[in-house]
Amino acid sequence: MMCSLALFPPPLSGDGETSQYNESNTDPSVWFEDSPALNLYFPRESLKPHSRQESSSKSAFRDHCETLYTRSAGAWRDAGLSGLLNEIANSSAEVPKWLGVSSSCVLALLRWVSSFHSSLFPHLTLSSEEMTAEFSQVLDWSDCAVRSFAWHPHTQKCAVALSDDSIKIYNPKSATTPTLKHRLQRSVAALQWKPLCASALAVACHNCLLVWHVDPTSLSTRPSSGCAQVLSHPGHSPVTSVAWSPNGPLLVSASPRDTAMLVWDVAVESCVPLHRVGGGGVTYLSWSPDGSRVLAATPSSLFRVWETRMWTCERWPSLKGRCQSGCWSPDGSRLLFSVQGETVIYALTFTDNPGVPLMMSGGPKAATVVADLSETTLNTPDGDIMVGGEIQSLVWDPRGERLAVHVKGDAGAGRPAMIAVFKTQISPAFKLLPCGFVQGEAGTEPRLMQFNPNYQHGAQLTVCWSNGKITHVPFCFMSAGNPQPGLGGSPSLPLTQGRPADYNNQTLYTELIS
Amino acid sequence: MFSSDQSCWFVRKVICWRAVASMAWSVLLLLPTTALFVLLSRFSLFHPILWISECLSLLTSASAIFSFILLCGVVLMVGFFNLEYYTVVPSIACSKIALLGQVLHPRQFVHSLVHCIMGVVVAWCCAFTIGGRYRSLGHPCTQDESSSGPEMCLNEYHLVLLLVGAFIGYSHSLVGVVYNMNYVSFHTMQQYKYLRFKGALPLVVKASAVQALYCLRTFLLLYFFMGYAPRAWICKTLDLNINSSIHSLDSVSSLLDLSLLYHLWISGTFLLLTWYITVLLFRIFVTEVYSFPVQSTFTEDAHQCLPKVITGTQPMILKFLALQDLALLSQHSPSRRLEVFSLSQPGGHPHIWTALSKECLSLLSDLTERLVAHHDTVATNGRAKSQSTGGNKRSTTSSEGSVTSVGMEDMKTPRPGALIRTPGSVFLRSSVGAGLRTPLTIPFTPDLDSPFSSPALRRLTGPLEPQGALSPGFSSIQSPHVMRRGPKLWSASTDSQLNGSPPPSPGPAPSPSQAQLKPSFLVTFLQNRKDQLPEASSQALFADSQVHIWALQGLSHLVAASFSEDQYGIVQTTLPTILSTLLLLQEAVDRHFKLPHTSSKPGHCSCSMGDDSYKTLRFALRSTLKTSVYRITATFGGHLHAVQMSAEHRKRLQHFLEYKE
Repeated sequence: MMCSLALFPPPLSGDGETSQYNESNTDPSVWFEDSPALNLYFPRESLKPHSRQESSSKSAFRDHCETLYTRSAGAWRDAGLSGLLNEIANSSAEVPKWLGVSSSCVLALLRWVSSFHSSLFPHLTLSSEEMTAEFSQVLDWSDCAVRSFAWHPHTQKCAVALSDDSIKIYNPKSATTPTLKHRLQRSVAALQWKPLCASALAVACHNCLLVWHVDPTSLSTRPSSGCAQVLSHPGHSPVTSVAWSPNGPLLVSASPRDTAMLVWDVAVESCVPLHRVGGGGVTYLSWSPDGSRVLAATPSSLFRVWETRMWTCERWPSLKGRCQSGCWSPDGSRLLFSVQGETVIYALTFTDNPGVPLMMSGGPKAATVVADLSETTLNTPDGDIMVGGEIQSLVWDPRGERLAVHVKGDAGAGRPAMIAVFKTQISPAFKLLPCGFVQGEAGTEPRLMQFNPNYQHGAQLTVCWSNGKITHVPFCFMSAGNPQPGLGGSPSLPLTQGRPADYNNQTLYTELIS
Repeated sequence: MFSSDQSCWFVRKVICWRAVASMAWSVLLLLPTTALFVLLSRFSLFHPILWISECLSLLTSASAIFSFILLCGVVLMVGFFNLEYYTVVPSIACSKIALLGQVLHPRQFVHSLVHCIMGVVVAWCCAFTIGGRYRSLGHPCTQDESSSGPEMCLNEYHLVLLLVGAFIGYSHSLVGVVYNMNYVSFHTMQQYKYLRFKGALPLVVKASAVQALYCLRTFLLLYFFMGYAPRAWICKTLDLNINSSIHSLDSVSSLLDLSLLYHLWISGTFLLLTWYITVLLFRIFVTEVYSFPVQSTFTEDAHQCLPKVITGTQPMILKFLALQDLALLSQHSPSRRLEVFSLSQPGGHPHIWTALSKECLSLLSDLTERLVAHHDTVATNGRAKSQSTGGNKRSTTSSEGSVTSVGMEDMKTPRPGALIRTPGSVFLRSSVGAGLRTPLTIPFTPDLDSPFSSPALRRLTGPLEPQGALSPGFSSIQSPHVMRRGPKLWSASTDSQLNGSPPPSPGPAPSPSQAQLKPSFLVTFLQNRKDQLPEASSQALFADSQVHIWALQGLSHLVAASFSEDQYGIVQTTLPTILSTLLLLQEAVDRHFKLPHTSSKPGHCSCSMGDDSYKTLRFALRSTLKTSVYRITATFGGHLHAVQMSAEHRKRLQHFLEYKE
């Protein structure tokens, strides 16, 4: 049997400041260890819209005539062959006629070929900004004040990328909040902290990758651009996704325009492109927590699962649409993913032993549908509400106990975007149980969410809302896998209680491991 | 070519076979490359059918098969030279003088000469294939007045093509030294050989095309100015005439013949491509992961097991592959980890773990020592120039061990000589000697890094070492004052760059005999040349750091895995040593990176086949070191408070536990 939204408890009628959650409607600040809460608020008005267009600075300078040779060399350097041809074709007054005509012809031919290419892959006609917005995990990326958010994997520290192209780093234990700005840091699509490191933060930017080294002991609030490594590769822009290997020095990056996924050795700034035919680009990457596999989604109806020992991949074609989002169980054995245009969650199970070469032979043969999030009407005291829709993103908490699903909704049809939370169990059998909805203030919708990996008492979901607020929703539970003895004595911790208990005995999706 | 004591089982059973396999593949790949070359070289836009049919008939002719066999021979020769000259520890020239020493080294001379000849052979094959006016060196011609019958005249097109081959062959060898083309680097990412080759092939094609273009440019310049000499020489030797009715080729108009340029370029590209593919395949094959057994049930195989191999020192490549295997097994293979954590059957001793951890720790502490010694040298040089004895003594003692253990040069008396040469090469050598404790570099790391080993250079540097005359037998031993100056020179150069003052002339003379010696022009010139490459000393210090990186990865992964997998607690006993070694190394590395020129990243040269990954090994080491400590602290967490260690280390470790490093 499959889990569907109809089995969910209806959301509470919402009001008030804090985001709501059915299990424990509490002030999040209580749950932030012994340090002040990181309730951040970025009203959109306070962020200057970035008006940094390439031409904007031109007016400040006097027109300067360069020779054709200089301009051509510059065009060759900046934009390659097509730039050079363009430059020659545009300056027909200065070049011999045959050269101008022939370069126009070659340019037209190139454009014709590339138009053929983009008819195969329609996403190539998008501009970089549109492409980032299209493939980002953030709902309505271009309109969002918070472009990206990343918790540090080991310590209470988070990085927030804002729409003014700055990144702020918040640490509850420190008074300084460094602001990272860089000339190349434009339209940030993704952030991730390097595991097993205190300082390195990878930023997927407009046309490069930046790896910031933010010294945690430094008191500087504006680290210089010298603290950032710039990793760029021709043809690799815009970068829409990055993922660090959980136990190594490697970083993978993806761009929808580049068919190759790049594997970077960040310390030495070298990269190995992994080319595969098909797909037309790579949009989203997710490295499994045990480090053995990487999910790579493409803009067409195909995704790949790479194993990281010998870097071979397994293709998953013939989806209904492109793979929009995916997440791994903590042990790396199970991959949940969602497909654009569909309202269901698929699961893939990898039963083999990581570390054995050619492991792909033991991979799954078919994906199974584990949850259905199609539109449903739920009865609440305030009247019926519609929930469900396409899935924007999926996140699984690091212990594998909660799965948060960001449902896109449809504002026109009266279905708000919302976050549905499932309880999950991985062993001995994979189970998916409904848990509840997370709602914000009236009129706001969630844009982006991530679980805090350092929350001791259960799981904590950080949600960025459309009004620029970032709140943290705690889920307190006793972990079935490793019960924490110290927790029971604390009176202020409400354990799972209330209405969801009625649903606890319903096993909605159970798959016995054979 | 291997002398008997160096041909260990690994070289015989693995490396040689890998080399043979790579050569076989390069010979196989020669077929399509040659076919492509034939097609491209005879390309004619307006007669496509004629073009194809001509190419096909050429490819199937007997003479084509002969030239193909010649090409195969060349490729096999290149492969053999790869096997003979490759190294896993790059030789880094710390100054221009040292670089010159490498270029003039007799071994390198042989390399250049053979490549030059092979270039000519390949060019001859190309000329034969292209046919037409390139076909043969002489052609019958009738000199107008005096001679009665037809005579043989020189075909200059053929000659130019042969000379281009010779030039490209020589420059391939030369560029190989400068960019360390014989250096074989190991990749962080493991990939199958085919995929790796496929990924690298476009780069190789591009590199050979670009390199051929550059070589051609230089060659044409040379030929324009000096083309007369080889032409006259060939004519004289082979008794050929120069056809006076045809213009000679060393004029602007005839050199700018597009068809000639195209043929020269495509021949050069073909030559370089076949050689580069051979190099590439050799690198891919030789760096392939080799899985050593962790323990063996039979005693006769015991010397092939990981613990034995890793402590062994024979060929450097064996050590590298063993450590790579250790790093991989510690990450990916739980079953092999269990063997590492197991106890010996009678007795119950953790022999495997002890051997592995001991070797890794000794490698790491050796690096720490090297860094500390280097830092001390730099510090003493920068601080006090006249305190000669103090710094001298220290460096003498520090280098004593390395010098005695080097042993491969004919040094009868251990004198602080090794430290004199450029500091980097010294530390490189001492690492090889002290860290691995026996001279194992001989077949695999050619002794190119001693800049003064060639007689020509020794003469050049004569004025630098007035006492050198007293000990003429010891080529690399120099007087103490030079020894002190050697390291100072490049550190002082950094000062001069900071202050904007001109390069320093030789400092105050420490010894009276030196005081009388006026710095001659040559000395100043040489020393200025020595100042050139300040970053190289740091590169040289970390030249073999791939070993340390694997040792760090292997240790840290094993320690982290022991948290749940070590049933007998054998890792716990070594944990304090491991932690203190890591923290000491961390401290030394941090101090090293505070020196000038160490943090600057070198620019990548992407278009050459030379592998410059050794230039960035220090960054990889620094990052791996931090990750390794974090891996241990993240796994053990608060349990580390129970580990015995000094207060300073505890403080440092606390920083790691709080993620503040």
